[in-house]
Amino acid sequence: MSTTNAGAEDAPWVDGNALAGPLGEIMGADFTVAELTCAGCRTTRPLAAMRVFDRAPGLVARCPHCEHVVMRVVRTTGRFLVDLRGSLVLSLPVPQ
Amino acid sequence: MARAAVPGRLTWQAATVAATRAETATARTLVLDVDGWTGHVPGQHVDVRLTAPDGYTAYRSYSISSAPGPDWLEVTVQAVTDGEVSPYLVDVAEPGDQLEIRGPLGGWFVRRPADPRPALLIGGGSGVAPLMSMVRAAMNPTRLLYSTRSPSDALFTSDLATARAAGDGLVAVTHVYTRVAPPGWPAPPRRLDADALSRVAWPRDADAVAFVCGPTGFVETVADLLVDIGHDPANIRTERFGPTGG
Repeated sequence: MSTTNAGAEDAPWVDGNALAGPLGEIMGADFTVAELTCAGCRTTRPLAAMRVFDRAPGLVARCPHCEHVVMRVVRTTGRFLVDLRGSLVLSLPVPQ
Repeated sequence: MARAAVPGRLTWQAATVAATRAETATARTLVLDVDGWTGHVPGQHVDVRLTAPDGYTAYRSYSISSAPGPDWLEVTVQAVTDGEVSPYLVDVAEPGDQLEIRGPLGGWFVRRPADPRPALLIGGGSGVAPLMSMVRAAMNPTRLLYSTRSPSDALFTSDLATARAAGDGLVAVTHVYTRVAPPGWPAPPRRLDADALSRVAWPRDADAVAFVCGPTGFVETVADLLVDIGHDPANIRTERFGPTGG
């Protein structure tokens, strides 16, 4: 995934897929299939289809439709913080 | 998820490098032995973590390129100049070395082998890695369109030839070269365009699913082209690398 020949001109984001590891560690479930409803434009899509900016202190997921921030994930020394103020609804499939 | 264990906290597990295979001058496949590994769904990735003697850690995500199976997996890594993790994996790691992995990860960019829908897989550069897992596990009609700068940049050259021959017509592979084509190649080098896509795309009524993986710009372009030629956006799954990850 993060191995690429792309030049520096390539877009500076990855997919929500990249959040599978950190969120899996925090939540104990696969959150890439969670559907988030963006508080900015009210469109709904899986976290895997959001844009994730990972070249920052923390991980920031933005809606590809309106660029509104839908999730922030930050790790401090002793805690994980997940900020969901940019999402109206987070829905997860019932575990089979 | 392919985890057979009771769902719980995802943890880092020890992995041992069992073997390495050069794919190109700057990419290689690592075979990793992992106790208790139960397999994965084609398309999933693992996070690989390295720890320096002073305790500093760095992790990167790598797609699983092998077919699903227990006890071991393969990741294929392209060395990134100035990267923190990939140069070690491509140039330094040897059989017997230990690292840590977390996974398998991601339940969205996956093709379950039993999914009856035909698939169009489109890979750019090392973005072919998760698609290779899908090809190896294919039980239903699968077409791979693989874009590289030149033949010497192509990963899995012999594996793809084997898959094509063994697939009994199930697997078709088309190469696109963007800068240098092999001698006698029928087309001049060019970027992937609507024409090349149209020639490998499934008919509109085939209910085909498309998986696109590669650098972010490549994925954006290909996803748009697919919609332009009539592919249902709801049946396009993408995985973008972003800028050089390391």
